[in-house]
Amino acid sequence: MNDLSYLDRLEAESIHIIREAAAEASKPVMLYSIGKDSSVMLHLAMKAFHPAKLPFPVMHVDTGWKFREMITFRDETAKRLGLNLIVYKNPEGAAKGINPFIHGSKLHTDIMKTDALKQALNMYGFDMIFGGARRDEEKSRAKERIFSFRDKNHRWDPKNQRPELWSHYNTKLNTGESMRVFPLSNWTELDVWFYILREKIPVVPLYLAKERPVADVDGVLIMADDERMPPQYEITMQSVRFRTLGCYPLTGAVPSEACTLEQVIEEMMVSTLSERQGRIIDFDQSGAMEKKKTEGYF
Amino acid sequence: MSRLEEYMAKDSAKQLLRFITCGSIDDGKSTLIGRLLHECRAVYDDQMSAVIRDSRTSGTTGDEPDLALIVDGLLAEREQGITIDVAHRYFSTSKRKFIILDTPGHEQYTRNMATGASNADLAVILIDALKGISPQTIRHSYIVKLMGIRNAVVCVNKMDAQGYSEAVFNKIADDYAKIAEKIGLSYTIIPVSALKGDNITSKSANMPWCGDQCLIDLLESAGQEPPSRHDYLRLPVQYVLRPDNSFRGFCGRIESGSISVGDRITVLPSSVSTCVKSVSIGDRQAKTADAPLSVTFTTTDEVDISRGDMIVHDKASVLFGSGYTANLIWMDTEKLKLNSRYILKCAAGTICAHINKIFSRKNISTLEDEPASSLGINDIASVSFSLDASKPFDTYEMCRATGSFILIDRMTGMTAAAGMITSAENPQNVVWHTHSVTREQRTGLKNHRPAVIWLTGLSGSGKSTIANALEQSLNHAGIHTYLLDGDNVRHGLCKDLGFSAQDREENIRRIGETAKLFADAGILTITAFISPFAEGRDKVRAIMPEGEFIEVFIDAPINVCEQRDPKNMYKKARKGEIKEFTGINSPYETPESPEIHIRTDIMTVADSVEKILGYLRIRQII
Repeated sequence: MNDLSYLDRLEAESIHIIREAAAEASKPVMLYSIGKDSSVMLHLAMKAFHPAKLPFPVMHVDTGWKFREMITFRDETAKRLGLNLIVYKNPEGAAKGINPFIHGSKLHTDIMKTDALKQALNMYGFDMIFGGARRDEEKSRAKERIFSFRDKNHRWDPKNQRPELWSHYNTKLNTGESMRVFPLSNWTELDVWFYILREKIPVVPLYLAKERPVADVDGVLIMADDERMPPQYEITMQSVRFRTLGCYPLTGAVPSEACTLEQVIEEMMVSTLSERQGRIIDFDQSGAMEKKKTEGYF
Repeated sequence: MSRLEEYMAKDSAKQLLRFITCGSIDDGKSTLIGRLLHECRAVYDDQMSAVIRDSRTSGTTGDEPDLALIVDGLLAEREQGITIDVAHRYFSTSKRKFIILDTPGHEQYTRNMATGASNADLAVILIDALKGISPQTIRHSYIVKLMGIRNAVVCVNKMDAQGYSEAVFNKIADDYAKIAEKIGLSYTIIPVSALKGDNITSKSANMPWCGDQCLIDLLESAGQEPPSRHDYLRLPVQYVLRPDNSFRGFCGRIESGSISVGDRITVLPSSVSTCVKSVSIGDRQAKTADAPLSVTFTTTDEVDISRGDMIVHDKASVLFGSGYTANLIWMDTEKLKLNSRYILKCAAGTICAHINKIFSRKNISTLEDEPASSLGINDIASVSFSLDASKPFDTYEMCRATGSFILIDRMTGMTAAAGMITSAENPQNVVWHTHSVTREQRTGLKNHRPAVIWLTGLSGSGKSTIANALEQSLNHAGIHTYLLDGDNVRHGLCKDLGFSAQDREENIRRIGETAKLFADAGILTITAFISPFAEGRDKVRAIMPEGEFIEVFIDAPINVCEQRDPKNMYKKARKGEIKEFTGINSPYETPESPEIHIRTDIMTVADSVEKILGYLRIRQII
């Protein structure tokens, strides 16, 4: 027992959570954001049900503004692992041409991410939804359960969470209610990277440094991923990488020369800035994440 | 090996310690955690800048950064200034990885503390040096013990505000020792100042008078809670894989022990046996796997195994039945309804259950047991419950994962209670199967611990009356007792002995040895003898394991005893018919510090019995 590494223990805990949710749910789904945490979660799920295929679909909520490399990676991954991939885009938002450069990060996230997610969940009737969030990411996440209850409107009530004791997860749901399940709750950013390295899990190349076209947008380095980048910004080629991945206009790059995973991890270990620092939505307002979560953002 | 590989190898070898932090509002708990995280470099620069910025608006530390703001996550709690839920924090040192389960101290949030404690190896309990021990301290310590945490570090915080006074610390340490003894909690106590950083991650120069260990040293060296105390295989089946007709794999996490290819296993509740054909961890085949790994195994025979079944090696190693007693923590605003059905979720699946009896409710301010007919939020009680069908369990003491459960309200879906099994009622197979039966295994059959309750006092003080009433109550509660008194000892075992000083000494020695044998057999043994000499009583104390000799001084003034004189002994002694009669012409040496002191001149028999029962409950003997 003492020979087990810390990562083995985390892996065992996550697999236990994934199996428990899959067994208790009537219609489970795994949210797939294409990022490194999602990749680890997916890898763990594949292990949990090996040699069978995943007993649930994998869903990507596409805002229409994801990095192009993410979309390529997503489709390749689905093919490689034989996933039942669902891609959902908010049709009204897409029709209205919601644009983070014009409408701002808050409206874009509300409509293309939060609303889109709710629409998709309602449409398919999913009752247990896996997400790759970690408790070390952000203060309000630190208080979230592993099996996190959502009411009929997908709202999280931080004051009325079900106590979660031992590993006896309360999965009881009434009609319309749902549960977000976070198998990576107890992983830290470093654990995720070490596990990716140990298990040789493929990740989107955007995590590695490369010469990329970027512009300084209000103090954040934004990559010009396509022609929708407004022309007023001065684009230069810089060696950058991304610590988190999301919509390209909302995801800050960091200058870096680390072009292998090992170098990225070494760089990260001496980093003095948290990974969410590159995310614009957290800066919107104080307590931003908590507000988004109570509204139903993942 | 690259620098990173070297680091990863070292990192993966680190052990993980999960600990809870408990303190009352304003004990400085958030500051303590903030300090730990900050000094262990778990706070990034941008987070720290936010803290420094927020310190100016909502901080309480003047110009210095308010480290408590590092951990105050939710808007609502910032506004109220309290922690409203269990928060998880992660940090590591060069020796260990840590998860802090930051649990609230406010009275109404007892359930959250139990939640945090359920997965903790260790507890850090805070005491404010300005206030000393509070009712919350007792409450926190009791819950820590109840939840099976065997390690506690008690931090006397805010020592800076007490001028780093040794006397202040010693006073609190003495007060706490009494509480911990009553609760039965083992702990280490240290003086700290979270605000100024004394004794948190480095030894304080301000308190040269205290020992060498600071908080982080204690956290780095504390033991982890093992998956179980018995190491028998417990593998609850979570999921059955059937990708095609050729493969049937059974998935679950090993909660205790290990499983290997070739093992003979039994499926509960069906009791069907088969052999393990393969074991895999994810996509990797293994010969053997240990707790707490999640595995998939296949069997040599086609047997029916489904979710909710428990895989064991030996059916006799597990408690198996439909009736249990448990400690329950009620967590719902809806009160407990006796005999109403709840969903019970445990390692071995989900089943309907009802509580049919509340034995007693714990008053966790006074630690007294009280009668109760219902339970409300944050109540803790000992209850009896029945399952709709038999399920395998362990006692919580032996294995947390398979000795615990939650109750779910069938209508609202809320988690209504957390339970910890203390024993099986009418167990179908309580036999510990090993080659030599140990004292622990014999004790394991009982729903109580053995001890010798040694009643001492003058003739006529009420020893026999109380002993009989006590045995009656214990027997009624299903506790295996035996009463040694003059009647059953003098006529057989000691019939060769007279009443000379030497014979009386030998009499007590024999009774002591006999009581010890009874206790070894797992029995709660009561003795009722005058046993007037301290030396004789102390000799018996010395041969008993620590804590298992309970001296009860049955105290009544000699004139009261003489008035009662149930056997006319005093009259005879006064007449000189009996020589060396205790209290008349032979001394009675009053016990100096008996575990229990009962004044029968002012207490009723029922109260006396209740006092002894209370002590036994607090020491968790019954």
